[in-house]
Amino acid sequence: MSNAVSALGGASFAGLAKVTDTGLGGMITLRGDFASAKFQAAVKAATGTEVPATRKIVFGDTGAAAWMSPDELLLLVDYDGVDAVVAKLGEDLAGEHHMAVNVSDARACFSVSGDAACEVIAKVAPVDLDDGQFLAGDFRRTRFAQVAGAFWLDEAGVFHIVCFRSVGEYMFNLLKAAAHPQSKVGVYA
Amino acid sequence: MLILECPYCGVKAEETELHGGGEAHLKRFGPGSSDDEFHDYLFMKENPRGVHLERWRHVNGCGKWFHAARCTQTLEVFATYSAQTTEPPQEVKDKISAKRPGWTWREFEG
Repeated sequence: MSNAVSALGGASFAGLAKVTDTGLGGMITLRGDFASAKFQAAVKAATGTEVPATRKIVFGDTGAAAWMSPDELLLLVDYDGVDAVVAKLGEDLAGEHHMAVNVSDARACFSVSGDAACEVIAKVAPVDLDDGQFLAGDFRRTRFAQVAGAFWLDEAGVFHIVCFRSVGEYMFNLLKAAAHPQSKVGVYA
Repeated sequence: MLILECPYCGVKAEETELHGGGEAHLKRFGPGSSDDEFHDYLFMKENPRGVHLERWRHVNGCGKWFHAARCTQTLEVFATYSAQTTEPPQEVKDKISAKRPGWTWREFEG
């Protein structure tokens, strides 16, 4: 068995905010008809959550579900259990037009935490992070400087970023530069 | 800076999140069409000063294509609407008419 590692091997950087490679996470791209009862039940079985509302992420007992587009969800589950969940989705959604793919190893995941986390993200993504504009449970697909990425905010005030693994190193370097100790703007202070 | 609201995810996306897809509501001419029709389909694009209907893609976002009605002269955006249509919905036409009475664009008019 090969030794699976995340894009940056758990690297972290502490500056204005703490940027960390959060390691391996199980991720499934699930496409289908959100309105279908079968689809909703399959999501419930996989993550323990309802289908999230537009631009939201919801957390359940066995994972989380994030809204990617009107017909696509990103399911976050345990890395080791991904294949089993994908197989189960295939059974639950048999006969229904859908797609469930394990994309865990195609992604890199980062967290950005600390007082200036908002500022670090706002420097590189065209998203309004002013007070009350982006709340815990909000999920946003956007770009980080030159690459596509998505992020959400958890209850603890930590931002989580996912991007393609092929640009993982770019993303980490970008966030490091944005979190450089001498680069404080203080716009959200 | 051009800001369009994506009708699928509701994000007020600025230009760098979007990708322009050219003229909207193209009627395609393929096999079986005359050379003139195919030529016009390929090359004769609308390029108005004023009301314009365009296709855009929320490429750094939900990834969906949508339509936008805007003014090329003032960059004013009248409305954005679903891509699953072959002509601008009446409410979009009304919004344009409210600002630009008597507008026309190809076969559409207020």
